[in-house]
Amino acid sequence: MSRIDVGYFPGCSGLGTSMEYERSTRAVCRELGIGLREIPDWNCCGSTPAHSTDSALSAALASRVFAQGEKAGIGDMITPCPSCLKNLRVALEHMEDPLFSARVDALTERPLQMRHSIRSVLQILIEDVGPERIKARVRRSLKGLKVVPYYGCLMTRPEKIMRFDDPENPVALDRLLEALGAEVLAFPLKTDCCGGSFAIPARKVTPRLAGRILDMAGEVGADAVVVACPLCQMNLDLRQGQIRAGGVDRVLPVPYFTQLAAYAFGLPEQEAAFKKLVQDIQPAFACMSRRAADIEAEERKTAAAEAEKARLAAERAAKAAEKAAEKAGAKDAAPDGAGKKSAAAKKPREKADADGGEA
Amino acid sequence: METVCLNKSDDAFVKAVEAESGQRVSRCYQCGNCTAGCPMFFTFDYSVSRIMRLIQAGQKEQVLSSSAVWLCAGCETCTQRCPNEIDVAGVMDACRHIAGRERKFGARAVSAFFKAFMDSVRFNGRSHEVGTMALYMLYTGRVWTDVELAPKILPKGKMPLLPHRIAGRKEVAEIINRFNQGLSDPDLVRAGSATQGASAKEAVS
Repeated sequence: MSRIDVGYFPGCSGLGTSMEYERSTRAVCRELGIGLREIPDWNCCGSTPAHSTDSALSAALASRVFAQGEKAGIGDMITPCPSCLKNLRVALEHMEDPLFSARVDALTERPLQMRHSIRSVLQILIEDVGPERIKARVRRSLKGLKVVPYYGCLMTRPEKIMRFDDPENPVALDRLLEALGAEVLAFPLKTDCCGGSFAIPARKVTPRLAGRILDMAGEVGADAVVVACPLCQMNLDLRQGQIRAGGVDRVLPVPYFTQLAAYAFGLPEQEAAFKKLVQDIQPAFACMSRRAADIEAEERKTAAAEAEKARLAAERAAKAAEKAAEKAGAKDAAPDGAGKKSAAAKKPREKADADGGEA
Repeated sequence: METVCLNKSDDAFVKAVEAESGQRVSRCYQCGNCTAGCPMFFTFDYSVSRIMRLIQAGQKEQVLSSSAVWLCAGCETCTQRCPNEIDVAGVMDACRHIAGRERKFGARAVSAFFKAFMDSVRFNGRSHEVGTMALYMLYTGRVWTDVELAPKILPKGKMPLLPHRIAGRKEVAEIINRFNQGLSDPDLVRAGSATQGASAKEAVS
């Protein structure tokens, strides 16, 4: 397997509320031959609070991350968090403008020297590794697990800056989960907002927005909502109690796609880190096993039916051949038959074969 | 419904929003697509399309003191669906910048949360969830925020009580301090690079 080396920006939540994402991302990348070189002494990208304050401030925090990358000779990097991703990409985009770039440099006093790029972990898995190689690595298929992929707002938007997948109907996560063996259900709220950081300062937001997502996931029959964003995950998982208090009656586990990949690759719980989820994943896996057993029984049944069909067909063919031979024999006996010569030529040879077999 | 006096249009405000966002707000023809797709609509005092119209009409006070500009989640749905390719979420962000500079906080809890987060970054170089929450409670007096979640998340070991401080935290604090001193002001930077250019020329001659 060819090896990929890339810079890695974990993002602050990876050290706290999304440590299961962080841990499983590292394990999955290792298994797929992606070498992660962590940006030395990286800082916060500023997230929503920075870009809500000022574009140059937000870009300056991002610029220090890139400058730290330069220290280690890193130009291309990936990050698991879509919010970090958006801030870092927007910064690079805006810094194409010389005046904006000068404003950023006035804050950092560290002008960038290299060319930089930043993509998501999902993007590198889909674009550089690809579903086929991921499928080939699966040791423990997710066959029987019904999931909905939830991308959140920022993985694909704003379209002009993210330049990844379809902005409103992305499929990258669908393809990845299918490669792991899961059944991916059609989900109309793939990129709808969960309420983001407003769960804290505007409390009525999350029960309504995240509640709608959980409700729809339950409605379409999902065992789990699979996510790629730490903030979405926290809103859908940790806040499920608050959401239920708001009238939405769903209990659904909300794992990161990297956790499911780690599980499918046969990695230990230590690396899949399912125990870090607030809503237990085990009921979903129990459903998966039951369904997988049903699917396998069904598959065995179909295979048996197919075999029976094939046997009958072979029998019929044998009978037909016998009949044809008989007919030919009858024709042979009849005087002046049209096929007399060829049949006569064939028959002694058959007889000879049979004799030979007996002898 | 209040009336808006279109005779009193603050043109400087329109220009300021356009400069801050890099967008031409006059391109908006009020189709309402942004409002139709806005997930935060139910929390807004003015819908997104009304904010766009108020900006066009130069209604600075109404825009800047609205809660809508602070409650926009930045989900980019409006930007994605605008038929005139206006970065509507960018315009909302720009209004938030200007409102913040003029110390107008239409949704005080939101701006307090942002301040708590940025302070955590200034202290540690990275955001620290427990620290941000503590500062938020301090700034708003909402000391019971999410306490019911503590028994759920604390046993998971996902909320370290102490921050991960980076070696370069002073550098990060300096970035924020320079910003607060206005050192990234476009006019200042433009003038600075002009004098630099002039001195470079002098050095050459």
